[in-house]
Amino acid sequence: MPRPLLEIQNVTMKFGNLVANDDVSFSVNEGEIVSLIGPNGAGKTTLFNCISGFYKPVSGKIIFDGKDITGKSTHEITLLGLTRTFQIVKPLKEMTVKENVLTGAFLHAKNKKEAEQIAQKVLQTTHLWEKKDMLAGSLTIADKKRLEIARMLATRPRMMMLDEAMAGLNRTEVKEAMELCLMLNRDGITLLIVEHVMEAIMPISNRVVVLSAGKKIAEGSPEQIINNEEVIKAYLGERYYAKSRQANSRI
Amino acid sequence: MFLQVILTGALIGSVYSLVAVGLTLVWGLMDIINFAHGDMMMISMYTVFWLYTLLKFDPFVSLPISAGITALLGVLIYKFVIKRVVNAPGLMALLATFGLSLFIRNFAQFLWSPNYRFVGESILSGKRIFLADLIIGLPQLAAALGSIVMTFLIALFIKKTKTGKAIQATAQGRDIAELMGVNTEKIYAITFALSGICVGVAGTLLSGIFPVYPEAGAMYGLLAFVIVALGGFGNIWGAFYAGILIGLTEALGGFYLGTQFKYALAFLIYLLVLQFRPKGLFGW
Repeated sequence: MPRPLLEIQNVTMKFGNLVANDDVSFSVNEGEIVSLIGPNGAGKTTLFNCISGFYKPVSGKIIFDGKDITGKSTHEITLLGLTRTFQIVKPLKEMTVKENVLTGAFLHAKNKKEAEQIAQKVLQTTHLWEKKDMLAGSLTIADKKRLEIARMLATRPRMMMLDEAMAGLNRTEVKEAMELCLMLNRDGITLLIVEHVMEAIMPISNRVVVLSAGKKIAEGSPEQIINNEEVIKAYLGERYYAKSRQANSRI
Repeated sequence: MFLQVILTGALIGSVYSLVAVGLTLVWGLMDIINFAHGDMMMISMYTVFWLYTLLKFDPFVSLPISAGITALLGVLIYKFVIKRVVNAPGLMALLATFGLSLFIRNFAQFLWSPNYRFVGESILSGKRIFLADLIIGLPQLAAALGSIVMTFLIALFIKKTKTGKAIQATAQGRDIAELMGVNTEKIYAITFALSGICVGVAGTLLSGIFPVYPEAGAMYGLLAFVIVALGGFGNIWGAFYAGILIGLTEALGGFYLGTQFKYALAFLIYLLVLQFRPKGLFGW
């Protein structure tokens, strides 16, 4: 029986009168890859902000690893092993790639030597080792995204939330990003991914949660979601509709 | 004579640098302009004065105490004033620290009167060394060397230590630093403490050379703003070089044009640099 690592319980978030998340509940089990999809403005990033402690939800609870983390500050949540990346990459521009990663590595390292070792390992896994002395601001967009992940990895997370880590990448880069996700998952990191690149996340996700206008409208395996009429209408659109009809007619 | 003027300027300039380094740390990290910075220095000068008067402590013995007190003052200023305005529009913090500066200055006047006081004796006072034609006062030399060492230590701390990395990370992106497990509120408090230590040390080193009175820190605070702007906001070594530059300007200007012009010249340089290099001489 898989154990839920992250539980979102009836989370509601409002900005003034605008309801960004409306009574959203779902959970992510340990070791899973779960995707969170939905049209722009559905409240995906807001939900991420609530989970990672940047916003405090108006009501509802967020439980991570059995502990209530609702309204805790971000660094406390990171310390528990839950971290995220941003949709718009935010490297620490004037520090080198290695310094960026070192900052995170210090969280669990006892001394500088250990932090250096963590940083080296993480930079090698994310293929950034050759660029370790470059200023983070001078990296290409794909490398900045990789750095974003590297920096988070250095804090030794148990779960990572990726906010559109693949947007703006070319085909090869998307493929590399998919492989990186799978590799992280094999290393025991649970993933919650917000993504618009369906071709990339459908094959790697165990489950998919769909948000629309702040509400959860569906949850299920990728196959179930692709064939869900409401999801297709709200989000996936004609292309997927056509594809799924085709697939169904073949059956 | 020219060399003597240069030397005097460079010595006092290094103390200016240290005051400015304290200011640039906070400014660079939090985009907050601490108008009370010079007044923290005045508190350190009074600490030295009272320890000397009441307990006969030599200023150099008082150094850790006065630096400790200004560090604590820095933390308190953060906890009770800055923390409440750090996320408000920029002007709020500016006004808050300006008010705080007036308060500290007037409170000092209320407690200790506006009279000039002097720290009469220290192990170095009155001593000087002669080097060919040059005369170097030991208190001035000690002030300069002490300031240079402190600046170096602060730069090293920021560059090399775990806390230093966290300070850099917080300066460049508070959210990111939080995500990497940095308690940014603690980092802010630590930075204010470091800033306090800078003025604490500078104030102690200067108390043997200059009179102690409630307005004593005001001019240093003002010059520190000029230096920070010249050096590039948040740039420690920039502030260091700019401090020396202002010290030299002051000494040369005072010597060749008359002492009444020495500050005018420093501010003129500031205006010129802002016209042509708005991000400072050593800014990016």
